[in-house]
Amino acid sequence: MAKITYIEHGGRRHVVEVANGLTVMEGARDNGIPGIAADCGGACACSTCHVYIDPSWVDQLPKKDAMEADMLDFAHEPDPVLSRLTCQIKVADALDGLVVQMPEKQI
Amino acid sequence: MLGIVVVGGGQAGASLVAKLRENGYGGPLTLICGESVPPYQRPPLSKAYLKGEMDRERLFLRPASFYTDHDIDLRLGQWVTKIDPIRQILDVNGETLPYTQLALATGASPRRLPAQIGGDLEHVYSVRSLADIDAMAPQFVVGRKLLIVGGGYIGLEAAAVAAGLGLEVTLVESSPRILQRVAAPETSDHLRALHLAQGVRLLEGTSVKQLTGVGAVQGAVLTNGDHLQTDFVLVGVGVTPSTDLARTAGLTIDNGIQTDEQGRTSAPAIWAAGDCASFPHKGERIRLESVGHAIDHAEHIAANMLGANLPYVAKPWFWSDQHDVKLQIAGLNTGYDNVVTRQAGGCSTSIWYYRGNQLLAVDALNDPRAYMVAKRIIEAGHTIDRGLVNDQGTDLKTLLAAGLASGITTSRH
Repeated sequence: MAKITYIEHGGRRHVVEVANGLTVMEGARDNGIPGIAADCGGACACSTCHVYIDPSWVDQLPKKDAMEADMLDFAHEPDPVLSRLTCQIKVADALDGLVVQMPEKQI
Repeated sequence: MLGIVVVGGGQAGASLVAKLRENGYGGPLTLICGESVPPYQRPPLSKAYLKGEMDRERLFLRPASFYTDHDIDLRLGQWVTKIDPIRQILDVNGETLPYTQLALATGASPRRLPAQIGGDLEHVYSVRSLADIDAMAPQFVVGRKLLIVGGGYIGLEAAAVAAGLGLEVTLVESSPRILQRVAAPETSDHLRALHLAQGVRLLEGTSVKQLTGVGAVQGAVLTNGDHLQTDFVLVGVGVTPSTDLARTAGLTIDNGIQTDEQGRTSAPAIWAAGDCASFPHKGERIRLESVGHAIDHAEHIAANMLGANLPYVAKPWFWSDQHDVKLQIAGLNTGYDNVVTRQAGGCSTSIWYYRGNQLLAVDALNDPRAYMVAKRIIEAGHTIDRGLVNDQGTDLKTLLAAGLASGITTSRH
């Protein structure tokens, strides 16, 4: 279980508990948090679950694989360091306190 | 309880009710699902879920609390038997339900093999619903023999899962090549090689003459004269839109429930979304079977039901996972007359479909960058010079910039 803070582009914060084993994307979806579309349902086939990871957390997450990095490269205003696809980040106790910021839009 | 009723609890129905609430609709809202489980994702059924890599709970599009929290009357395991478009009522499980507006999101049903050739034998499965997958799951045991009928995306995805789990897989495709209906020979060639390398026996230009067995299927006679033994059969020969309810209610059917560009059917106050609906697209009438379309179409129609009056412009995209290849498709290749293949090093390649100089679609195999670039260019209605695509020295970001600057817009004929 990890407490995750999702910040909408407009600044609204959602702090929710997400169970281990789910993805950060599923945590948003299951709690009805807007701003993460996840059209493909978590298959790393779109790029509509893009977020910016809080800088203090970047190094604590598992690295992105080539597929995720390539998808992110063409997401809306990607940041080479902070951008991640939330469907590729599995929740674990170690992620307790994670903060993610939504982009202006998902494409 | 006069309000909006949505029939069908697939991706379109689920997206539609969620969008109605998100857009501020506060009246009564009913979602009627024929299946006994809440709306779930279908794409993983032939991929991660079939493989046993994804828990059932994670398939559900929303937690159960979503429907109660949003005051959505979710009715599971209920079937609408009749709609009266004049009186604006429908019959569901013996009850009469009035509606102010009705949305049909009835989806599509898998085609089956005819009973005369053994299509109704036990252990002959379709790949459409969660119940279908749960029923066949015990068959996915190392060494079992599986016959797959149909070399489309469903059949090929199932073949990849089964071969990966150590089953003996034979796949028959009646057309001269796999994916004939949906992809260029270049894409078929790539995926054929992939499946052969993974030990799938592929028989193209071959179909089932007769499934044999007493009660349960035990074998098959193929049109090439082969007799083979099999423990079970998967049938992936396409779907037909579920239009019976609409047809008997007198709605116009034309390759699915006919809708206008806003999603209205021929009957007042009745809309149709997703796989079951046909709609105008670039001067033609098409129907799309994809989760991306189901979401977009449904959300669009939800807005229109609340008075937005916006035409729907489809932005088709698809994907398929087979063995270690992710195929991503942007656009629709219908009407293509030439293709360009772009190698991106390693096992990444992409097939670019053109009509004349106009880019129509791209199949990207383990090449998400090509997919993303093409999707942007196609959705913007632009194109990209074939020479640039063909030149591996051209960086994809350069391609994107060139494509978006091309100014050649898709002809609307």
